[in-house]
Amino acid sequence: MLSHGMKQTGNISLHHLQGVIFAVLNPWVAIGILLLLAFFATYMMALSWADLTYVLPATSLGYVLLALVARFLLHEHVSPLRWLGIALITGGVGFIAGGPELTTHPAPHADAESKQTADESRATAIASRGER
Amino acid sequence: MKNVYTWSAIFAIVFASVVGDVLLARAMKQVGDVGALRRRVGLVAVIVRTLGNPYFLFGVTAMAVAFFSLLFALSWGDVSLVAPAAASLTFIGNAVAAKIFLHEKVDRRRWIAASLVAAGVALLAG
Repeated sequence: MLSHGMKQTGNISLHHLQGVIFAVLNPWVAIGILLLLAFFATYMMALSWADLTYVLPATSLGYVLLALVARFLLHEHVSPLRWLGIALITGGVGFIAGGPELTTHPAPHADAESKQTADESRATAIASRGER
Repeated sequence: MKNVYTWSAIFAIVFASVVGDVLLARAMKQVGDVGALRRRVGLVAVIVRTLGNPYFLFGVTAMAVAFFSLLFALSWGDVSLVAPAAASLTFIGNAVAAKIFLHEKVDRRRWIAASLVAAGVALLAG
């Protein structure tokens, strides 16, 4: 998530510097590409652990981060409509990330955990039967 | 006529990036838990296994197609239309595709989340 936001930050800086100082263009491009690669690697890792419908909305927090960076680091004006957009994304991500229903989703990670718990309870049941 | 071009390009972006995301997700499900795999066989083996996965290669290709479609769309339409439209439609398209092709359990909670995020992205990117 952070790398996603950082990636976009890199892009912003790129746009800012492009017209002003051509000499610093290359390092920024290099950093931008590196951060893009980092984003892609972490995205792949997340996909190996969770559902696409879980990971993708979560990556949209990058948009929120981007807007916050624009507001507080670059001192850009963020319109009320965009604040509403930030609120909607945050709400949407909170909707899937939080909430007790998460365990019922067959995200492979949670699935493995629940299977493990089931195995454990079965083992306990067998053990207690053995005692009797 | 320019509108038709722009919207065709937008749909091309959405289609290609949805296909790409679904293929990448399937690839990573095949590769398995990256953390556990790295502890077992090492980082290099994980990278090799991921890069060698056919779904991964097709997924990356689809992502490249999506990127070039974006360039086409931007040459025909305004960025204030193309960026939010493509981004938010991708979220909805992905929810549908993940349900159909990845058999993910997309329940009401996830539909609402996808819609909220799509609306939010449309507002932010616009």
